[in-house]
Amino acid sequence: MNGAMIRQRIAFSVLGLLTLAIVVPILFVIVYIVVNGAGAVTWEFLTAAPRQGMKAGGIFPAIVGTILLVVGTMLFSLPLGVLSAVYLVEYAHDNLFTRMIKLSVVNLSGIPSIVYGLFGFTMFVMLLHLGTSILAGSLTLGIMSLPVIITASKEALESVPNTYREISLSLGATKWQTVRYCVLPYAIPGILTGTVLSLSRAAGETAPILFTVAAFYLPRLPHSVFDQVMALPYHLYVISTQVPNIPLELSFATALVLVGLVFLMNLVSIILRAHYRKKRLW
Amino acid sequence: MVDEAIIKTAGLNACFGTLQVLKDIDIEVRRNEILGIIGPSNSGKTTFLRALNRLNYLVRNYSQTGEIFLGSQEIGEIRDNILRKRIGIIFALPQVLPVTIFENVAYGPKVHGITNRENVEWIVEEALKKAYLWDEVKDRLDQPAVRLSGGQQQRLCIARTLAVGPEVILYDEPCSGLDPISTAKVEDAMQQLKLDYTQILVTNNTKQASRVSERCAFFLMGELVELGPTQQLFTKPKDKRTDDYITGRFG
Repeated sequence: MNGAMIRQRIAFSVLGLLTLAIVVPILFVIVYIVVNGAGAVTWEFLTAAPRQGMKAGGIFPAIVGTILLVVGTMLFSLPLGVLSAVYLVEYAHDNLFTRMIKLSVVNLSGIPSIVYGLFGFTMFVMLLHLGTSILAGSLTLGIMSLPVIITASKEALESVPNTYREISLSLGATKWQTVRYCVLPYAIPGILTGTVLSLSRAAGETAPILFTVAAFYLPRLPHSVFDQVMALPYHLYVISTQVPNIPLELSFATALVLVGLVFLMNLVSIILRAHYRKKRLW
Repeated sequence: MVDEAIIKTAGLNACFGTLQVLKDIDIEVRRNEILGIIGPSNSGKTTFLRALNRLNYLVRNYSQTGEIFLGSQEIGEIRDNILRKRIGIIFALPQVLPVTIFENVAYGPKVHGITNRENVEWIVEEALKKAYLWDEVKDRLDQPAVRLSGGQQQRLCIARTLAVGPEVILYDEPCSGLDPISTAKVEDAMQQLKLDYTQILVTNNTKQASRVSERCAFFLMGELVELGPTQQLFTKPKDKRTDDYITGRFG
């Protein structure tokens, strides 16, 4: 074996070890949650409301609340985010205005989530009189998700070869037809990835929903979008730190359900992605 | 009216930023002819071609003065998508969409509002026949277009352009990536299309221009040096620079 081969071997080993070093803690966290929480995840835990000051019963209202918030977040942020990205990539000219928008989008993704929470509280809860409600919480989470969705969608659109656009335009398609038929279909896998990442984060956030929607203890389901709901991350925080003498197992079980929910969302996006990849025929 | 002009440019200047790539071009293209355009690289051939269906305007810093007429209409007065339906283009490298053979050809009719399945199928078949590709692909229309060979892909591009029903077809060095047999097939298709379409062929290959075109133009550094019957341009050119180019003294 010559020197170059040895160096290559060493480099590959180092890279492999580094990858392992990243994966191991994540796996450890998941295994730890499963081991400590799986025992408490029963059918009753998933389908019943909490009882006896959250010491017994289940977390059904919190599961429903989180699902509602994720759906609400998606309804606000997905259309707005994708359309903004389409505008920025396909239509906007390169000038001071669009450069400012792009800069804002990048910077917005770096803002701490508690700041979004405070903004949502003053803007939606107070100013727009939405009260602490699903609507206010979804809007807040939606705004928080927008930068990631816009950035991911922008990159997905930019990675579609320009030749597709040229072919389409040269055949007399309008700009919108070109975007609709020759650009968007091939950007969807990338857009999905960004969206699900962003929604997963929204599902797990506590700070933005703290002042805008989350209920401490509300063992019933909401009747309208103006109702408060319980949500898994906030419930986890409450039973772990705010209420004494709750078995740790319940906290882990709640965490496990939250992780499972996020995993399910990722699964759906993987299936959708595979479906759309198949459409692009190589 | 064999000699009727279908495309006419008057004082056409074109710039990318501050770089002038076309200088004062006056050309008349006659209906149903094949006009060859030859010239070395950077002579403005492609820019001229893409000026005719306003594809140059996709480049941000492009600017243009002068007039271009399609029939009696200035092309600036025609909406871009209508203009490009009437003046189709075949690019240098075969560029197919990542969909099936059928869908590639059906794309044009679709964006122009033809939705009836039978009509679309008929248009696709006719276009593929005219492009000399039908016999090779009729049994596998639902396969990915990228699996076709380079020559087949280029004829697919021709079929795709024909399917929108153009009056003029522009070719931008259509055979630069093709082997001689594929090239011959593309040229056969062009000869056949002469009956119904006006064609402009930009090519680096002077032999191809002499084989295919009836009249030929020689571009050099953004200027139209000479335009005449192909036979005459290649045997007794009027300008010394044309003579130098076709005899291979430069370019």
